[in-house]
Amino acid sequence: MHVIVCIKQVPDSQKVKVDPKTGVLLRSSADTKMNPYDLYALETAIRIKEQTGCRLTALSMGPLSAKEVIAEAMAMGVDDGYLLSDRRFGGADVKATGYTLAQGIKHIDEDYDLIICGRQTTDGDTAQVGPSVSEYLGIPHVSWCRQIDEISEKEIAVKQNLNEYLLTVAMEYPCLITVEKGIYQPRLPSYRLQKASEKKEIRIITLDDLPDNDPDHYGASGSATQVEGIFEPNSELISEVYDGDGLSSARQLYDKLVSEKFVEVR
Amino acid sequence: MMNYHKINMDDIAYFISVVGREQVEYEDINEEYTRDEMTEYGRFAPEVLIKVINREQISAILKYCNEHLIPVTPRGAGTGLCGGSVTIHGGVLLSVELMNRILEIDVNTLTAVVEPGVRLMELAAEVDKYGLLYAPDPGEKSASLGGNVMTNAGGMRAVRYGVTRDYVKGMEVVLADGSVIELGGKIAKNSSGYSLKDLLIGSEGTLGIVTKLYLKLLAKPKKMISLLIPFNDLKSCLSIVPRILALPNRPTTLEFCEREVIEDSVEYLGKQFPSKDYAAYLIVSYSGDSRQDIEKMYDDTCRLVLDRGAIDVLISNTDERQESIWNARGAFLEAIKNSTTTMDECDVVVNIDKVYEYVEYVKQLAADYQVRIRTFGHAGDGNLHVYVCKDALPDEVWEVTVREVMQKLYDKAKALNGLTSGEHGIGHAKKEFLKEALGSRQIELMKGIKKVFDPNNIINPGKVVD
Repeated sequence: MHVIVCIKQVPDSQKVKVDPKTGVLLRSSADTKMNPYDLYALETAIRIKEQTGCRLTALSMGPLSAKEVIAEAMAMGVDDGYLLSDRRFGGADVKATGYTLAQGIKHIDEDYDLIICGRQTTDGDTAQVGPSVSEYLGIPHVSWCRQIDEISEKEIAVKQNLNEYLLTVAMEYPCLITVEKGIYQPRLPSYRLQKASEKKEIRIITLDDLPDNDPDHYGASGSATQVEGIFEPNSELISEVYDGDGLSSARQLYDKLVSEKFVEVR
Repeated sequence: MMNYHKINMDDIAYFISVVGREQVEYEDINEEYTRDEMTEYGRFAPEVLIKVINREQISAILKYCNEHLIPVTPRGAGTGLCGGSVTIHGGVLLSVELMNRILEIDVNTLTAVVEPGVRLMELAAEVDKYGLLYAPDPGEKSASLGGNVMTNAGGMRAVRYGVTRDYVKGMEVVLADGSVIELGGKIAKNSSGYSLKDLLIGSEGTLGIVTKLYLKLLAKPKKMISLLIPFNDLKSCLSIVPRILALPNRPTTLEFCEREVIEDSVEYLGKQFPSKDYAAYLIVSYSGDSRQDIEKMYDDTCRLVLDRGAIDVLISNTDERQESIWNARGAFLEAIKNSTTTMDECDVVVNIDKVYEYVEYVKQLAADYQVRIRTFGHAGDGNLHVYVCKDALPDEVWEVTVREVMQKLYDKAKALNGLTSGEHGIGHAKKEFLKEALGSRQIELMKGIKKVFDPNNIINPGKVVD
């Protein structure tokens, strides 16, 4: 059994400065760290490894400095680490990032079983990359898992947090889950494991290694969106639940997005 | 004992003439002014509560009370743990809670000038804006700085930076007769006669009332990383401490705790701790300007402890990880209080190489007396916090047990050449133990000093020494 955890290096958010004129993140002003949500994904994965003896791989995408978070994942208990790093991946939005990670996973192991992602990142905050990876891989996924009920060599059963209620879902491998903050208390990196993994190679994956190496599918050119500016988000969370069949729920969602001006009617 | 004058309406009228009607309370005084954090040491209602706002008011009140033999007990935030700021002889409770201005942050001399009612957390937040650090870090962040200075408070960073005393450059004090003196100031050193400033520090408000403090500031290290080091047994855990301190890079904090205290804290906070499977833990922190610098600082420590019985070294290097450890550590006292019906505590200090012997003795005592005792503390400076918990013991059993156990706890500290209090002070609750620890000659000297400063024994009478 092979479990792959996707992780990201993010700015240490409390110290991030935003350029007041351009609204662009001043990354040089910040220390970096592992995306806090990914710690829960890692803890979940490491517990699965402890229970099943599976092989555990961490995958990240970013500049070479992102090797640091992979080394940290190894110090927590991950066996192998890969970093998707190529200038041609730069400027990727959710779509291009999801596609690149999916390609990276195919490169690492076509026979993977389970992919685990954090719920979202603290810099991008979209919570869409995990699901998009599963779509590009053509596998089922469950977001917002807050409990692992059962795990076997063939399938996983989880509890999905839908705010109003918990949904119990079982899926056969291969599949993907994103986990909620608080699913388990993440362990601290271990000095022993850090020393033991120091000599392990963190393998770099470039565009040339991927099954699809058309540069137009990656980075800014593979992206459907562009960032115009960054500002402090409101932390308000409002949920609405639509009853009815898929079509009527889709209609309600569409009307909502139109009324909130998230989509434009031409 | 002095024959104090009972406050009457003429006295009240005088106080009102000095500070105004709004700042004088003499009926229905809030219960919180009758005690500090340790209600176990009794409640003592003041005859009058006066909330002063400046030196002149304090001076006038002290002069009047000195002439009329009225006791005056100074009080900051009331967060003490040994009954230091309660009116055991009645009289005036003189609260400096409204004297809470940060008067100056002098970046040239690295001095903060503050009024005594400023709270520790307020100063910490203010100096942080300047990239500076006020190094003393007692656990109670809402304590007043006046109270911190008057008890020579310690805290977790004492291992690297020292205690409050080391950060008091000067002070302005009103004496019992109403006169005002200035001791030290922004100057960096002082060899000019007896250090009255140092006599005042830790005097628990028995020698004079502080109206202004000059506090030393440092450049603030940009980052702190903590190591959580699990051990299978307490002996390995505590025996390694002197060796860690002998390494070239000194840690900022060096705490120890046992699994039971962590479990209390997890239950109290409802939040998980990063590890709780082992019998005992050290929490060792290092400060520096970058992660890389700090990693170099602690590498020797990791190798040393792994060589000598540590299970592993767990690294807490982000804000979230630090919170998961330090929130739990910060809640130990409240968690223990919450876990029992009533308790008594001591904060003895022993040599750092005697901590294990002391803690083992405490365990034996708990077994002998069939009473639950929790211990944790500053392994890096030998200052231990010991809590004797009543739980379901009947009152009559508890009274005998706690009296005998506390006596033995202080006796053992003395036998190990330790002392009564590392950072909480003496107040009125620990006077007898202090007397036993120091002996009659030292107590006589202290009484003599008290008499010189306060011949009529009106300032905080009944505290530290009688």
